[in-house]
Parts: sequence; C-alpha cells; structure tokens
Amino acid sequence: MIPQPRPTMPAVAQRRDQPPEHAAQNDAHAPQTGGPLLAVRGLEVTVGTVRIAADLGFMLQAGERLVILGRNGAGKTTLLHTLAGMRPPARGTVELCGVPLDAMDPRRAARLRGLLPQHHLDAFPSTVLETALAGRHPHLSRWAWEGPHDERIAREALAAVGLAEFAARDVHPLSGGERQRLAIAALLTQQPLLYLLDEPLAHLDLNHQIAVLNLLTERARTDGVGIVMVLHDINLALRYADRALLLSGEGGVREGPAGQVLNAAALSRAFGHPLRELSEGESRIFVPL
Amino acid sequence: MPARRRALLVLSLLALLGAAAVLLALAAGSFAVAPTDVGRALLGEADGMAGEVVRGLRLPRALAAFACGGLLALAGAMMQVLLRNPLADPYVLGVSGGAAVGALSAMLIGLPLALVHGGAFAGALAATLIVFSLARGDGSWTQTRLLLTGVIVAAGCGAAVALILSVAPEKQLRGMLFWLMGDLGHAGSPWPALLMLAAGLAGTWPFARDLNLLARGDLAARSLGVPVARLRGLVYVAASLLTAASVTTTGSVGFVGLIVPHLIRLAIGNDQRILLPAAALAGGALLTLADTLARTVVAPQQLPVGVLTALIGVPVFLYLLTRNPHGGRS
Repeated sequence: MIPQPRPTMPAVAQRRDQPPEHAAQNDAHAPQTGGPLLAVRGLEVTVGTVRIAADLGFMLQAGERLVILGRNGAGKTTLLHTLAGMRPPARGTVELCGVPLDAMDPRRAARLRGLLPQHHLDAFPSTVLETALAGRHPHLSRWAWEGPHDERIAREALAAVGLAEFAARDVHPLSGGERQRLAIAALLTQQPLLYLLDEPLAHLDLNHQIAVLNLLTERARTDGVGIVMVLHDINLALRYADRALLLSGEGGVREGPAGQVLNAAALSRAFGHPLRELSEGESRIFVPL
Repeated sequence: MPARRRALLVLSLLALLGAAAVLLALAAGSFAVAPTDVGRALLGEADGMAGEVVRGLRLPRALAAFACGGLLALAGAMMQVLLRNPLADPYVLGVSGGAAVGALSAMLIGLPLALVHGGAFAGALAATLIVFSLARGDGSWTQTRLLLTGVIVAAGCGAAVALILSVAPEKQLRGMLFWLMGDLGHAGSPWPALLMLAAGLAGTWPFARDLNLLARGDLAARSLGVPVARLRGLVYVAASLLTAASVTTTGSVGFVGLIVPHLIRLAIGNDQRILLPAAALAGGALLTLADTLARTVVAPQQLPVGVLTALIGVPVFLYLLTRNPHGGRS
C-alpha cells in the first residue's frame, strides 16, 4: 500500500451525518468552485528574532494530507498555530476556503478548521463525553444546548478512536494515550474541513498510531477533509502523507509531494544526523546511521 | 434534552433551599416568630412586635446574607475558571485586601458607617485596578502573572491592615475585627448587593459555555472560536465587582466563595451553565443559614458570620480534598 495513490476527490466536500437543518450552513462554508482548502502566500513566521519560515507558499486541496517535519525547536508548532490563525504571521496571508484567516469570524473559522493542541489541560473534573462535546461549541448558537444530534456525533467520534465504553468516565484517570485519543475524538466531533494536528501520535502505542493515521486517511478519502499534521516518525510520514513540509531550522522550508521532499540528503540536513534510504519494491524507509 | 432538564431540577431544588433558609432566618432568633406569623408579617398584615422584627430587622439582614453568599460563590466560581485553579477564591486577587484597607482607614479616622462602606468599595476597586493594570499583557503567562500580582497586592494590603490595627484606638478594634471576619450586623441596605447578584448572573450566564472551554485551556478555547482575551477581561472585571459589592456590604466573609463552587461541582459537574446559577443559590442559602446560626447559638451575643463559615467550611473542604484527590490539582 506504499505509496498510496492520490484519491479522486469531489470538488465540494461531502459531509456525513448532517441533518437537513445543518446542510445549508455547511454548503455556505464548503470550499467554493473546488478551490483549495488552505492557501498560504508569502508567509513569513518569526519567533522573536528567529525566522522559522520565509516567503512560504503552498496550497492544500480537499482530501490531501500534509505532514510537517523538522527537528526540535525548528518551529513546527509555531507554523501550525500560524496556519490555524492562533498567531499572526510576520508577513503574508493564510486563506481558508478562499477567505483570509485574519478577516474571518473566529466561530466560522472554528467550523472550518480544527486544531489538536500538543497539551491537554484538565484543571477540573469532566466526563469523557463532555470533553468530546466541547467540539460542538462553534456549531451551537449562544443559547443552544448540546442536543441528541450533537451527542450522537460525539459518541460516534469516541467509538472511532475506541473510547465508546469510556463516555461516562472522568478524564482524570485516563492514561496518556487514552487522553490523546479523546482529544482526537473532540476534533472529530468538531467536524472541521481542515484538521491541524500537533503530534497526533504522541503517547500512542504502535497499534493506535496506525489506527489514528488510518482514521485520518479515511476521513480525507470519504469526507474530503484536509489534514496537516506534525509528525516525528519519518517513515510513517512517508507512508501517510501526500505532501510534506520540511523545516530546516534556519528559516529554509521545502514543501512538495512527500515522495520528493522526503529524501535521505534533505532529511539528513534537516535533522542534523545522517540517514540512509532502504527500498524494497515500491516501499522506502529511512534508517538513521 | 436531559442536561437542560437536570439543570432546571437542580436549580429549582436550590431555589427552594434558599427560600427555606431565608424563612428560617426570619423566624429564628431571641424573639421567636411562628412560621404563619412570618408569612403574615411579610404580607404586611402583622403589626406590632412581630411585624417590626421580621420586616425591619430580620428581612434586610437575611436578604443581605443571601445576596452576599450568592455574590461570593458566583465570583469564586468565576475566579476558579479564570485562573484555572480549583483553589482560587474571590479574594485571591486582592479585592478583599483593598476593601479592608479602605474600610479600616475610614473607621480609623472615625467616619460614619455609610462612608466605611464607601471606603471598602473604593479600596476594592483600587486593588482591582492595580492588579489588572500591572498584570496586563499578552501571552500564556498572563494567568501566572495575574495570580502573582494579586497575591502580592493582597500581601501588601495585609501589612497595611496590620498597621492600621496596631495604631487604632482600643475601642475601635472590636469593630475592625468584626469587619475583617465578616459581619452582617452592620450590613446596610441589601438591595445594591441583590441587584449586583442579578446583574452578575445575567451578565455572565450567556458566556457560560465559553467559560467551559476557557477551563480547558486558552489555546483549545481560542481554536474553538472563543474570544479568550475579551472573555478573560470580562470575567475578571465581573468577578471583582461582585466581590467588591459583597465585601462592601458585609466585610470579608471567608470560605463561601471557595467551597460552594466545589460542592456544586462535585454534585453536578463543571458545566458553568448550571454551576454559576447553582453556586449563587447555594452560596446564598449557606451564608443565610450561617448568619442565622451566628446570631442564635450564643444569643444574645452575636458571632461574626465569617467565623461560622470558616468553622463549617474548613472541615467540609478538607473532607472533600481527601475524598477527591483531583480536587486540589491545579
């Protein structure tokens, strides 16, 4: 299955589980005329005096999966937060479905893109179901309460990450991996068109890593969502990404088809450690020397 | 929707509890009034001693107790979400310290009661402004900075209070100590506090679901479309005003603002849409009951109500903390 063929996507993302009253709303924020979900133009991202990216431009179409790679401190999270509109870029624009993010109402932005943060805060007790239902916030008006429709979406999301049995439990006793899967379920409950995931595989053991990547791939294929994820595992990145963005750590960024961007020379430079490529038929893996 | 129905049930029960606490406060005391006479007195039918005691003395005091308990519990619940710290209370950011300096200064120079209340309110607002302007800034460390600034300002106020107490003449000390411990004997009109409670609930309840998300972290809340900076400003100003209104009316009554939100949270969870109104009702009921005890247990002597809320509050809180190991996690 490596590398996977590019799926053929419908121009307008088909959303599942939408009752009639939500249909109109979703048409309103679905990408128009098949334009890109995410368009980045002339983006410059800086932290203090350190430049993470300069003149970065790329597009992400519906159904595409982009992986962000780079060494510690290269600015993966900062770049992801900039793409999510959580921090303003030093220069350039990020467009979501054709609308500049900085001009977009935050609630509308929250219906279009969802962010999986690196850390999850649970200062107060809360059940697993309540935590997943938080994702419904941008879909509910100020006076509305979560209804059976929202609860069904949340329960399906919990089932998708294998936490269906945990719905009524408190979040505090959950293990790190279970908490991470719950955060992914909350993101699924949010039903955005663009998923921005900061280390979605953190704390997950191998079977759950693959399950989560398969789940995200399935959402990209069937619902046409776009995926941008920060990963640490180069080989999983190669296997599960259509496109790759490699941060050099010195402001240099390479973005393109994963199969081209991820090569032994570029990766060795970016991570500051020599890597060798092994291939067997269609499949390629990188091993550190 | 079960969640909404449950909310209505919980709030109805707590409203009944609050009404029962107020009725008990009207009936109990060194001059006992039968429940039927309480009703007649409230309707203005009972003249003479019973009507005078119920309408003139006990009703304003009971309403002031209810309003201040509600204000403190509501402000405490909001501060806990704002600082994302279950151990925060309405006084943690120095509001009561500022109010104490204002009120005790007014007492020291011998101002009348109305100006003591005014001094308390001015002190509370001054402390709020100082903490807010010093802690303002962007970035994730604002919360820590807010907490630190508040704690330092509160410590400074504590020193000023100690100074005032040490230079105050003997005959004023008792009044000052009662004020510091919280005392409803000198409460003014209950209406400003009641109005403040109603305004506080009406002003914050529409943002209750946003507060639920704020409790889950700034980044998570912002990514879900919550205007975090604006919301935090609103919560801080509202909680400070609510606390100032309570402190102005009754002095710094402790523990209501800390334990009531916790009790409610343990009973019905952390959904602010239920928690905020439920805490207001339960806080009102608790302070009304505590004040009734304060003026009846060693009658005709009156105890400062703050002592009773602390005597009830400390063991209850310690029990909750040991029973629920996550309650103290910050």
